[in-house]
Amino acid sequence: MWLWFHKLSTARHFYALATRLTPWLGWLTGLTIALGLYLGLVVAPIDYQQKDAYRIMFVHVPSAWMSMMIYTMMAVSGAIGLIWRIKLAHVACTAAATIGASFTLITLVTGSIWGKPMWGAWWAWDARLTSELILLFLYLGFIALESAIPDRTKGQKAGAILLLAGVVNIPIIHYSVLWWHTLHQTASVSKFGIPSIHISMLTPLLVMTVGFMLLFLTILALRMRAMILETEYQSKWLRQLEESG
Amino acid sequence: MTRAFGALLKRDLTLVARTPGDYTTPVIFFVVCTTLFSFVAGKDIAVLKSIGPGVIWVSALLASMLSLEGLFRSDYEDGTLEQILTAPAPLPLMVLAKAFAHWISAGVPLLLISPILGILMNLDSHSTTILVVTIAISTPTFSLIGIFGAALVISQKKAGMLLSLLTLPLCVPILIFSVSAVSAAADQLPISGHLMLLGAFFVFTLTLSPFGTAGALRIMLSN
Repeated sequence: MWLWFHKLSTARHFYALATRLTPWLGWLTGLTIALGLYLGLVVAPIDYQQKDAYRIMFVHVPSAWMSMMIYTMMAVSGAIGLIWRIKLAHVACTAAATIGASFTLITLVTGSIWGKPMWGAWWAWDARLTSELILLFLYLGFIALESAIPDRTKGQKAGAILLLAGVVNIPIIHYSVLWWHTLHQTASVSKFGIPSIHISMLTPLLVMTVGFMLLFLTILALRMRAMILETEYQSKWLRQLEESG
Repeated sequence: MTRAFGALLKRDLTLVARTPGDYTTPVIFFVVCTTLFSFVAGKDIAVLKSIGPGVIWVSALLASMLSLEGLFRSDYEDGTLEQILTAPAPLPLMVLAKAFAHWISAGVPLLLISPILGILMNLDSHSTTILVVTIAISTPTFSLIGIFGAALVISQKKAGMLLSLLTLPLCVPILIFSVSAVSAAADQLPISGHLMLLGAFFVFTLTLSPFGTAGALRIMLSN
C-alpha cells in the first residue's frame, strides 16, 4: 500500500497511470454530466415559486461546492508537498488552481444570472456572495504569486505556504462576512439531518456534482501531464515511454 | 534570546530614524488618500459622516500595506537577512522584532494622525475615540499579516501590487469589525464584542504569523 503510494508520487509512474486513465475519465465525465443534465432539465419537476429558473442550480451549486473543495484539496496537497517534499503534490496544486478559479467564476456568474430574476439584482453584497468573491481573490493571489517567482520549485513552495494561510483564514472570513449581513438562502443540503430539498431535485444535483468532480479530475490529470512534460522533457523514461507507445 | 530581539528592534528603529521618509510617507499617503474620498462624496456632510469611518479605515489599511513592501528589501539585497537566518536566535522571534519595528515606525504615526482625520470627516468625539482604539488594536495585526506577505514576495522588484493582492483579502474580517465598531459607537450601541473580536484576531495572527513568515523566508532564501 505505502509502496504503491510512493511509486505513484514519482512523476514517471503518475504520468503512465494518468495517460491510461484520462480517456476513461473523460468518457465517464461526459456520460455523468449528460445524465445529470437530462435529470435536471427534463425529469425534475418545475419549482412552484421559481418556475424553471431554479434549474440553473444544477450548475451553480455543484460549482460552488467544487470551488471550496478544490481550495481545500490544494491546501492539503500543498501541506503534503511541504512536509514530505513530494514534488508531484506541488504540481497538483499549480494544476488545480486555474480549474478552481474557473469554478469560482462559474459560481459567481451563474449566481448573478440566477439572482437577477429572483432578487431583482445582479449582485448583492451578501455574505455568501462576498465569501465566494474573496475565495476568487485568494485563488488569483495564489496564481499571481506562483507566476511571479521565476524559480518554479520555489514559487510552488511559497504558494503552498500562502494556501495554508488562506485555508486558516477562510472560516474566519466566512463567519465575519456572515455576521456582517445576509440575504442569500441558507444551505438546503447538509450532511446531517434531512435535506430540505425534494428527492427529485436532489438526485440531479448529486449526479451533476459527481460529474463536475470527474470533470475536475480529468482536467487535472491532463494539466498535470502537460506540466510533467514541460519539466521532464529531457528525461530518459519519457523518451522510452514515447518510443514504446 | 531577548537580547537578539532587542538588538534587531533597535537596529531597525535606528535605520528608520535615519530615513525620515520611512515614517512620514505612510502618514502623508494616509491623509491624501482620505482627502480624496471627501471630494468624491461632495459637499453632503451626512454622506461624509456615514462613509467616514470606512474611508479612514481603507486608507489606513492601504498605507500599512504599501509601507510593508520594502520591509525586507534592503536586508535581502545586502545579505543581512541571510545573517539573521543563520543567527543562533530563533527565526520567528526575529520576524516578530521586525514586525514590531514596522508597527512602531508605520503603525503608530497612523494612529497619532487618525483623530485629526476623524474630525475632518465630522465624526463625533465618541466615535473618534473608538476609531483610534480600533486602529490601535488592528495596525499591529496588519503589520503581522503584511510581514508574511512581504516574505513571500521578497524576490520581486515591484512587489507592491502583488503584496496587496495576497494580503488584502486576509484583512477583510478586521476591516468589517473595525468599521462596524465605529458605526455602532456613532449609534450609541455597545461595541465591546467588536473590540474583543479584533483583539482575538490580533492574538491569532501574533501566534501564527511569525512561524508562517519564518517558513516563507526559509523557502525564499534556500538554494
